[in-house]
Amino acid sequence: MAKQVVLTGNYAAAEAAALCRPEVIAAYPITPQSSIVERLSEKVYNGELDAEMIQVECEHSAMSAVQGAAAGGGRVFTATAAQGLALMYEPYFRMSTLRLPMVMALATRKMTSPETVWSGQQDAMSVREAGWIQIFCESNQEIVDMIIEAYRLAEDPRIRIPVNVCFDGFYSSHLTEGVWLPDQAEVDAFLPDPRMSLPALLNPDHPLSLDPLTAGPILMKYRKDHLEAMTRVLPVLEEIDAAFGKQFGRSYGGGIEAYRTDDADLVLITIAGMSGTAKDAVDLAREHGIHAGLIRLRVTRPFPARQIAAALRGKKAFSVVDRSVCFGWNQGPMHMEVKAALADQSARFSHFSTIGGLGGADISLAELGQVIDKLEEVKDEPREYPVHWLLKD
Amino acid sequence: MYEIRLHGRGGQGVVKASQLVVKAAVAGGLYGQSIPAFGVERKGSPVFGYLRLSHTPIRRKMQVYEPDILVILDDTLITSTGTYAGLKEGGMIIINTKKRADQLHVPKAAKTIVTVDATGISEKFLGSNRPNTAMLGAFVAATQLVDAGSLFSEIEAAFGAANRQAAETAAASLVITSGSF
Repeated sequence: MAKQVVLTGNYAAAEAAALCRPEVIAAYPITPQSSIVERLSEKVYNGELDAEMIQVECEHSAMSAVQGAAAGGGRVFTATAAQGLALMYEPYFRMSTLRLPMVMALATRKMTSPETVWSGQQDAMSVREAGWIQIFCESNQEIVDMIIEAYRLAEDPRIRIPVNVCFDGFYSSHLTEGVWLPDQAEVDAFLPDPRMSLPALLNPDHPLSLDPLTAGPILMKYRKDHLEAMTRVLPVLEEIDAAFGKQFGRSYGGGIEAYRTDDADLVLITIAGMSGTAKDAVDLAREHGIHAGLIRLRVTRPFPARQIAAALRGKKAFSVVDRSVCFGWNQGPMHMEVKAALADQSARFSHFSTIGGLGGADISLAELGQVIDKLEEVKDEPREYPVHWLLKD
Repeated sequence: MYEIRLHGRGGQGVVKASQLVVKAAVAGGLYGQSIPAFGVERKGSPVFGYLRLSHTPIRRKMQVYEPDILVILDDTLITSTGTYAGLKEGGMIIINTKKRADQLHVPKAAKTIVTVDATGISEKFLGSNRPNTAMLGAFVAATQLVDAGSLFSEIEAAFGAANRQAAETAAASLVITSGSF
């Protein structure tokens, strides 16, 4: 039987990862994810979890260690954030391009400088061209459920791509709320047997050389395959989520969640934890007769371009609230990508990028209400307006 | 939904206290959410915690700007800007102090002031100034937002029987002052 427990986002991630029976975990602590791997270490130490826990000297080694284990056919897990992810980048890229399935939790954190340990999504956004699938969670329950779904997605023979399950540092990682934890037998029934689903490339009985120098024309075929596999992710995720819903009674859909968009003129587009606050802001705006709605980006890689374009069809105005920046475009990265998803249609909308919540700054109900008010003000004069910064002064 | 802001000092157990309230709330079929404030916490520096309790799912993940209830674990914090900030009209202040309500310079919005000597109680039962569990006792007695028995059980499970006694003693020894301030 599932049980209701009260957990931080990090402990929710740890409990869910343990339920997926990883065989090897390698990690290095970094704020704000540390308590994920601390909890997993405890579980291994006290015999609750039968896994090899490797305490490595840095994140580069963490990803390298789980990469070797995954190449040997193991189900593996790790977690990181910000500077840790940056240090991990070299084997991180190789993990996806070797097409080795795994799940890594990312308690998203702003990249320095100025020095910071607090929330932000710059870490995840900075690696969105590293070939991984990126899923963002709004609630602690979604963290649990997405880690379980992510293993099935990563190991699906049509996909075989590693998955980052991302959630806000502190605002989710350290937020405590009730979650339902499925029991072990239920998760065992939902996930494939890793002996069947994971390719054991490295096997001492059949030695082979893995990843030799590869000529460009062949390398390009690998890339083409990888990109094509990415195009299958959203439909396969929808299929997995439907199966999850049937078994566990909770369902999230695919690449986006649409909230009160059917008759909306104005649409906030949000990512992760801020979406809960934004739903309250949408409800408040509606009480004042403003036709607001919300699209939550659940998956950022692959980008749910078709779903977003469909959800925005017929709307007047939108703003994407990014908790990160795109240095080259003087706006938020997801705003830029939503415009790309709309292609030549974007000129029909009044729209602007909103940037806030960097370095742990709060994204408040009042501030999101102001974004909605601004959309209402500009909705009948379609064009792109300057970036709206949620500065506190 | 009730929005509660806790003020204390690093090391006083503000975060753990609000997590225990969430546990008691969920055990009683309510929704609860605790978010610690994310400052440069060091032992002794001012810290905050945000706590929400509701009959419906809690979606917002943000600081508490307009609390219904303030829980203040250290009365030297009342002179800090921000401690009383945003208290809702008719709001409640629950404070660890030996002072009387009229000595606390509370804002006009306050309607109910709950004072309790949580430091004295914790020194008696725990041998040191660790007022968080006594303050939980005062909180549950004054607000009745969660089941007292269930909160006391959570306190005992997390911190032991002496802390439960501290909480029960505080629940029985608070002073409630209502009116205009």
